[in-house]
Amino acid sequence: MSTKQRFIVALGLAGTALALSQAAIAQDIAVRGGTVHTMEAEPISDGLVVIQDGIITAIGPAASTPVPDGMQVLSAEVVTPGLIDAHSTVGLAGFMNQWHDQDQLDKTKPIQPELRAIDAYNPRERLVEWVRELGVTTLHTGHGPGALVSGQTMVVKTTGDTVEDAIVVPVAMIAANLGARSMASGNKTPGTRSKQIALLRTALIDAQNAAKNSADKKSDKAAKRNLTHEAMQDVLNRKVPLMVTAWKERDILNALRLKDEFNIDLVIDGAADAYLVTDALREAGVSVILHPPRARQFGDLANASFDTAAKLRDAGIPFAFQSGYESYVPKTRVVLWEAAIAAANGLGTKDALKGITIDAAEIIGVDDKVGSLAVGKHGDIAMFNGDPFEITSHVTGVVIEGVVVSDQPR
Amino acid sequence: MKLEALLTAASVSALAGAALLAGVTPVSAQERPIAFTGATILPMAGPAVENGTLIIKDGTIQAIGTDVSIPDDAEVRDAAGKVIMPGIVDTHSHIGQVQGADRSAPIQPDVRAMDSINPRDHSIDKARAGGVTFANVMPGSGHLMSGQTFYMKLRKVDTVDEIAIRDADGKMLGGMKMANGTNSIRERSGWPGTRAKSAALVRQTFVDAQPYCDGENKKRDLAKDALCEVLSGERLVHFHTHRADDIMTVLRLRDEFGFKLLIQHGMESGDVAEQIANAGVPVSHIVVDSPGGKLEAMNARITAPADLERAGVLTSLHSDDPVVDSRMMRRQAGLAVRGGMSRDGALRALTINGAKQLGLDDRIGSLETGKDADIIVLDGDPLSIYTKVLETWVEGKLVFDMSNPEHAPFATGGYGTASQGRAMHHLEHEAQAMEADQ
Repeated sequence: MSTKQRFIVALGLAGTALALSQAAIAQDIAVRGGTVHTMEAEPISDGLVVIQDGIITAIGPAASTPVPDGMQVLSAEVVTPGLIDAHSTVGLAGFMNQWHDQDQLDKTKPIQPELRAIDAYNPRERLVEWVRELGVTTLHTGHGPGALVSGQTMVVKTTGDTVEDAIVVPVAMIAANLGARSMASGNKTPGTRSKQIALLRTALIDAQNAAKNSADKKSDKAAKRNLTHEAMQDVLNRKVPLMVTAWKERDILNALRLKDEFNIDLVIDGAADAYLVTDALREAGVSVILHPPRARQFGDLANASFDTAAKLRDAGIPFAFQSGYESYVPKTRVVLWEAAIAAANGLGTKDALKGITIDAAEIIGVDDKVGSLAVGKHGDIAMFNGDPFEITSHVTGVVIEGVVVSDQPR
Repeated sequence: MKLEALLTAASVSALAGAALLAGVTPVSAQERPIAFTGATILPMAGPAVENGTLIIKDGTIQAIGTDVSIPDDAEVRDAAGKVIMPGIVDTHSHIGQVQGADRSAPIQPDVRAMDSINPRDHSIDKARAGGVTFANVMPGSGHLMSGQTFYMKLRKVDTVDEIAIRDADGKMLGGMKMANGTNSIRERSGWPGTRAKSAALVRQTFVDAQPYCDGENKKRDLAKDALCEVLSGERLVHFHTHRADDIMTVLRLRDEFGFKLLIQHGMESGDVAEQIANAGVPVSHIVVDSPGGKLEAMNARITAPADLERAGVLTSLHSDDPVVDSRMMRRQAGLAVRGGMSRDGALRALTINGAKQLGLDDRIGSLETGKDADIIVLDGDPLSIYTKVLETWVEGKLVFDMSNPEHAPFATGGYGTASQGRAMHHLEHEAQAMEADQ
């Protein structure tokens, strides 16, 4: 939510008192960087970003960009847009890893697109703070792996005391999962790859049939609502993309076949074997939210490689990085450190930085607000004391919509 | 094959076997000297040597320095602009499809990791690509005592006998894996249900072994044989422990029974660094990317290695592969530096400190004349994420060469490079969770 929107909501819902307290939070700040990576053009040497009311109002060389009187100026060796994690489960999956803080997966049914991320997100979760202090200001988070259709995802800022404070996009995608990790146990379904696709096709066809029935009924008799069908109809109507986590090359091709059959918006997630099917991915015109480059090379990720991002770049396939889901120690990865591995394995720093800023913003549909430093966009900033991708560098500060949310070196 | 040929083959293998048993480098080792010239050498036994020369022969280091004469018959390898350092010593790893104790009992000192290891597994190729030349390969931590660990020299060989590191008597070396805290607590008959019970079971086991080790009742008992090696200090205990109070319990057990101890993981070791330092106990630590994932890792922080260093604890860093990929060992050191450890300290934590902890510092962990020629050649600062391992040498043999198309894929992964093992780890359900993750 932009500052402006937040201001309006505050006025509308809570009246003047809350509006005043919102306005009392400093959202005016300038950030000066030895190198400012705007992601719009070449980096600016000794650049300056001016943020007013949470929004960037000026950006350019410090010498020619005036700072309004009295405005606080932060400085850092390197300045980037606030980082974007293109797919996470943080906030639903908590750091304790006990049943009571794991809300990214309900296994009672294989297909539950009606499960909303907003009903499970905990903005005070320790892992949200963890990634925020390491520069992540925007998260695409939600339901995780382990079920064929596990639920919805959303886009949030890594700030706020309530989900309402944090929300940027309440329903971003519907998360589907193919392959071994999303099989049901025992004699439950799905138990094979073929069955997974049969069930997905059936669910989409059921939603089509329900829409058709509803349209056929007389207008005076309201159709009985079905939340599962409604969510799948949003996919069929291309209101919401289907994000299919597909690791093996055949899972990726299966997902592309679904896109063709139902004419849906598809985002391929995971994609460990993507380098085997780059032609098919490019022809389908889909984007890839690539697995963390350091993801363990076992199971469905047996053939994963540190250099897949470079191969996607070379093939002209849009991609972004993610922290993904972790079931054990560590409980989350950090997208900055994952992109670093790709940077060092053929991708280079420039394209790796795109994969956690502007390219990530485009794939999750928020590039009008975040992902680059430009006038009119949110004042979300990450500051570093060196090359952001060097593991020995520190994140020295983080700003979200003009508010300093972290100022200790991390 | 003719009889004569058979005899020759037999005698050659007998010779090779004798050489192995005697702890001597096999006869096939590199005989022609190799001279690396022009490199920045980080010996871990003194300051960096700029524009240095390193000479290796017969699998050992012959000379190192700036004023070194190169033998006439040497193969000269230009290492100008490159960095040479000792091969990485990984003090806690699960490469090679290793297994240990089964579900039948919580204490199984008779079980040996060596009986499960596949030296051809690609996890070992990947470790070589990451510059690892030595690994303490361990059973998991789902038991109070899960078996004897295996000290592996990452030679490119076919059998576990050949990949072992041995003492002067030809005995394969390894430690004993123990654990406390939640991993070894289970709702199963004969297993501990609490921390106090865990300690009691371990104490009773050692108490029962003491008379046997003192020479009474000499009917041979495999488990007690191994326990005697622990009690005598011959076999190092690798004690998986996380929480500060669990670490203190381990120190208490060490005081009572006098075994030689290396604290493994020690997530909260930074919080009791003074106590660990006062006990004179070293720590093999793992740095992870975020806290949590299990309750005992809630306080994981990247500042722990710095805390240990400040307190004077001899600290190594490990991969716990597959928790952290072996190829990310240098990154472990980088994370430790991010958390405040000195650069020198972090590099020693990858090399000589681990060698000291395992009592192998007369052979590995630093570049000094007479030591094993276990070296890595890098294209830059070892702590930079952009730096690549170009070559890994074990005892004078090139076991990873980035310019070799058969080796290079192991540096990144890709089709056909996967380990044939499972994502084996501490507990069955955790291993399953990690596999489900994949």
